[in-house]
Amino acid sequence: MKIKKNIALSESGFVFNPSTGESFSVNPIGIEVFNAIKEEQSYEEISKTMLSKYNTDGDTFEKDYNDFVQLLNTYQLIELANEG
Amino acid sequence: MKDKICIAVTGLNAIDSPGPGIAVIRSLREAKSFDVKIIGLAYESLEPGIYMHDVVDKTYQIPYPTAGTENLLKRLEYIHDIEKIDVIIPNFDAELFPMIKLEAQLKKIGISMFLPTVEQFEERLKINLPEFGKKYGIKVPHSKAIFSTAEIAGLINEFTYPIVVKGKHYDAEIAHTPEQVNTYYNKISAKWGLPVIIQQFIHGIEYNLTGLGDGKGNTVAAVPMRKQYITEKGKAWGGISIEEENILKIAENFVSSTKWRGGFELELLKDPNNNFHLLEINPRMPAWIYLSVGVGQNIPEALVKLALGEDVKPFDTYKVGKMFIRYSWDMIVDVEEFHTLSTLGEL
Repeated sequence: MKIKKNIALSESGFVFNPSTGESFSVNPIGIEVFNAIKEEQSYEEISKTMLSKYNTDGDTFEKDYNDFVQLLNTYQLIELANEG
Repeated sequence: MKDKICIAVTGLNAIDSPGPGIAVIRSLREAKSFDVKIIGLAYESLEPGIYMHDVVDKTYQIPYPTAGTENLLKRLEYIHDIEKIDVIIPNFDAELFPMIKLEAQLKKIGISMFLPTVEQFEERLKINLPEFGKKYGIKVPHSKAIFSTAEIAGLINEFTYPIVVKGKHYDAEIAHTPEQVNTYYNKISAKWGLPVIIQQFIHGIEYNLTGLGDGKGNTVAAVPMRKQYITEKGKAWGGISIEEENILKIAENFVSSTKWRGGFELELLKDPNNNFHLLEINPRMPAWIYLSVGVGQNIPEALVKLALGEDVKPFDTYKVGKMFIRYSWDMIVDVEEFHTLSTLGEL
């Protein structure tokens, strides 16, 4: 899974998809996770970082992470592995 | 010093469903390769552009296309005698056909235009769009021209409701039942005449592209845009330039296969499976043409140069993520100006 290469994220948390002209806003934690995915960190790496920084447990993070990725997929911001 | 070119422009009706004239003129006034004197050509005495004196230098009323090309030619000759027009840019679908017919005659007296040929103009008409799509390999929603309300009941055999009811030049309504088709048929045919076009409604997101073909198969300019704010009449009141290879490919395919000559607008729809469908081809620049200047492709300037026989290098880049946001404001105008235009036909 990769963030599509032309997707831009501003410092204020606006995600802009130049292919569709759509903009989305993400909260500060969303920015962190988005950037980590963009840097192609694995789920394990991202999970480890987030659990060390924030007061949450692994199950909750996993659920939230999957919801977030699902949203990115719904809005066509990521390429899943089988799409190349 | 830059050359000063006299350009006559129609479509000064900067109203809620605006003509492209004012946007075209703004683009021309920002042209880097020439200066302009702008002659407005108006049909109605309340077209806002007539009274925008920093935009339009002088306006003349011209006869409606329905008055015949002979009357239009006489009027244009009269205006040309006074103003020495170099280029005319017609901006309405309904006036394009007579203007194309007059192109050779106007050229003889020194007025240039850069318009599609009659064949190109007719081939992309809404009633011919399905054939057009088939010929050039572009997906087009199933559509049919109807000439009588008696044909409405049979539509269910070819279409799935909802369907779009369209006028031959303008207007479109979405109908969910045969009764609604009947209502819109009567409304649209009373305004725009026959036929009325029935088109399969497709769920999706609207995209537009404006471009310029040089008549030899080359795409001189192409700017894709997504509508962000749409009025009740379906017009873009705000939009954003986008980077979408598929739309650019459709445009290039359209221009190279038809050898399109002049400005154009493609109206497209992306369905949930990411397929693009071509809804309409407008044979002229759209009202949002000023966005082309904002992204670095001054299409009206390039069109004027092509009209004057100059070589124009195709644009190869544009800025993505530039938005246009339309606005309306009120001008205060002395009634004398309105009287002058209404009685003398010029201002």
